Amino acid sequence: MSKAAVLAPGSLAAPANIRRSSARVSNRTIVLICYIVFLMLPIYWMVNMSFKTNEEILSGLTLYPHNPTLRNYTVIFTDPSWYSGYINSIYYVTLNTIISLTVALPAAYAFSRYRFIGDKHVFFWLLTNKMAPPAVFLLPFFQLYQTVGLFDTHIAVALAHCLFNVPLAVWILEGFMSGVPREIDEMAYIDGYSFPRFFGTVFLPMIRAGVGVTAFFCFMFSWVELLLARTLTSVDAKPIAATMTRTVSASGMDWGLLAAAGVLTILPGALVIWFVRNYIAKGFALGRV
Amino acid sequence: MDKVQDNRAWFLIIPVFLIVAFSAVIPLMTVVNYSVQEIFGPGQTFFVGTEWFEAVLKDERLHDALVRQIVYSLAVLAIEIPLGILIALGMPGGRSAKTSLTLVLLALPLLIPFNVVGTIWQIFGRGDIGLLGATFRAIGIDYNYTSNSAHAWVTVLVMDVWHWTSLVALLCYAGLQSIPPAFYQAAKIDGASKWAVFRYIQLPKMRGVLIIAVLLRFMDSFMIYTEPFVLTGGGPGNSTTFLSQYLTQMAVGQFDIGKAAAFSIVYFLIVLLFSFIFYTIITRTGEGEKK
Amino acid sequence: MDMDWMAWTAPTAIFFLCIALMLAGMTVWEVVSPTVEAKGFLPMRTTRGDRLFIGLLGSAFIHLGWLAATDVSLWGAFAVSLLWIALVIRFG
Repeated sequence: MSKAAVLAPGSLAAPANIRRSSARVSNRTIVLICYIVFLMLPIYWMVNMSFKTNEEILSGLTLYPHNPTLRNYTVIFTDPSWYSGYINSIYYVTLNTIISLTVALPAAYAFSRYRFIGDKHVFFWLLTNKMAPPAVFLLPFFQLYQTVGLFDTHIAVALAHCLFNVPLAVWILEGFMSGVPREIDEMAYIDGYSFPRFFGTVFLPMIRAGVGVTAFFCFMFSWVELLLARTLTSVDAKPIAATMTRTVSASGMDWGLLAAAGVLTILPGALVIWFVRNYIAKGFALGRV
Repeated sequence: MDKVQDNRAWFLIIPVFLIVAFSAVIPLMTVVNYSVQEIFGPGQTFFVGTEWFEAVLKDERLHDALVRQIVYSLAVLAIEIPLGILIALGMPGGRSAKTSLTLVLLALPLLIPFNVVGTIWQIFGRGDIGLLGATFRAIGIDYNYTSNSAHAWVTVLVMDVWHWTSLVALLCYAGLQSIPPAFYQAAKIDGASKWAVFRYIQLPKMRGVLIIAVLLRFMDSFMIYTEPFVLTGGGPGNSTTFLSQYLTQMAVGQFDIGKAAAFSIVYFLIVLLFSFIFYTIITRTGEGEKK
Repeated sequence: MDMDWMAWTAPTAIFFLCIALMLAGMTVWEVVSPTVEAKGFLPMRTTRGDRLFIGLLGSAFIHLGWLAATDVSLWGAFAVSLLWIALVIRFG
């Protein structure tokens, strides 16, 4: 990087410019910065609004809160019907991440190491579920979970989200596992490791980045999903996203409160993303780069 | 890597198989059952054969929604793919704080619940309290996404670009990261232009991830529901009523469960067809690279 | 457990039974004589299972197209589909 930076002070045609330099601002960097500004503006606007009183919001446009207030956040943190939504969401998202990883790990290992009858077809079948529009399944889902007595429980939402998270987890983990040479497995078996012991003490540590990235993706897709979560819950396991839609219609547009609730839904994601930032790119390519 | 033939591997698949089958196969079978019946309530069903399918295939409003959907999905791809590539090319390399910050900021929209994305833009676009709407008013454009179809359509599109271009950019970034520095040095020695480097080094290396990006963006935009529902509710008129929206209106609003089920199956088959084509292309690219 | 809500009908039950039998049959066939990837008129190399899937997916669209285009009995589409599946499995 630094070499390129030294070589590249000038004309666009200079070959040294090919290395993306960090010392000078190229056209491409400008595009990137403009785009990030475009990304952040709507988010900033919501954060800004969450610290305003409703009078200030409705009385005119202000670029920053003139009378900053924590009222909106106080309401959320003191009213159980609000904060229980967050607890419910985090609860079923965590549950889903654990289930998805537990069942996907052995399966991904099987797909990455063995050929067996119907392997490719099962793999494709799993992926089609990631691609099926959830709207298709809403009504039967509702009835299915009601029948087995899981309606309005966290486990119901966690299981339902497995429909798209388990295939995704298998897909990502398989990519990471295929990057580990077979010889490692064989060596361990020669050394007398049993399969569970090999898997737990040798193999898992080798793909821990992949496991982290997979957990992140499971978290992400379970966290942002609303349709199934809303359909499968009514009171006890109601997710925060659904609480928001209800309050919008009921309380006659409490904009400040809505904005504060929105900001709080962004925070867990931002937190999780920070932990996997170094692996994120590889994760987005499903471990296949 | 040569895989070993061993059918006992099925034992490792069984948990996944059961858990997905529970959530996928039973509801799918039920939808198929519904699609051939008129349903008045629990236990009150009448077999109607393929009537619903005929109704769905000859439904003018459905055709309109399908056309809107395809135009929308193509517009999404036409904007997000080139923009994503451009952004990925501008990303700083290496493991610096700047890289981390860029990655985190880019990924942020992906982690916002879909309906909150709708809410953010609902607020942002309003003429009275939103920055975007107010800016448009200030420069004299009568922007109103709740009453003007064209404005609503463009707002939904911009919202999608805002929401998902990062995904394309991060995928492309991953592809670019896999290019060894030696390639760039060779290009430098040859005096290759920026365009030549992009065309002959960077683009080929991004091919695999680009196919995944196109697949994911096409599928997700084809099923878009929550964001436009929150933002525009499908209106004004039907200008932002896409397929999922129409499907939900049919099943929940009009309680036409049989027809909605038939529609679901047609919808599912279309998605299945595209998935199969893309999947075949992806796996074949993978095999080609190994050889 | 009350599964009435699944609203089974004879035709759909037969349909799913056929699919299940096909899968079982393909598995047995695969055990008895493993498939070889082959290149036919389809643009990629396929196994027997791939060709069955393409055949079934294709016949679904044949049925839909038939419904949309004609008022003739659907058995016509069924006959065309059988022909298509046979063609794909044999020459695909």
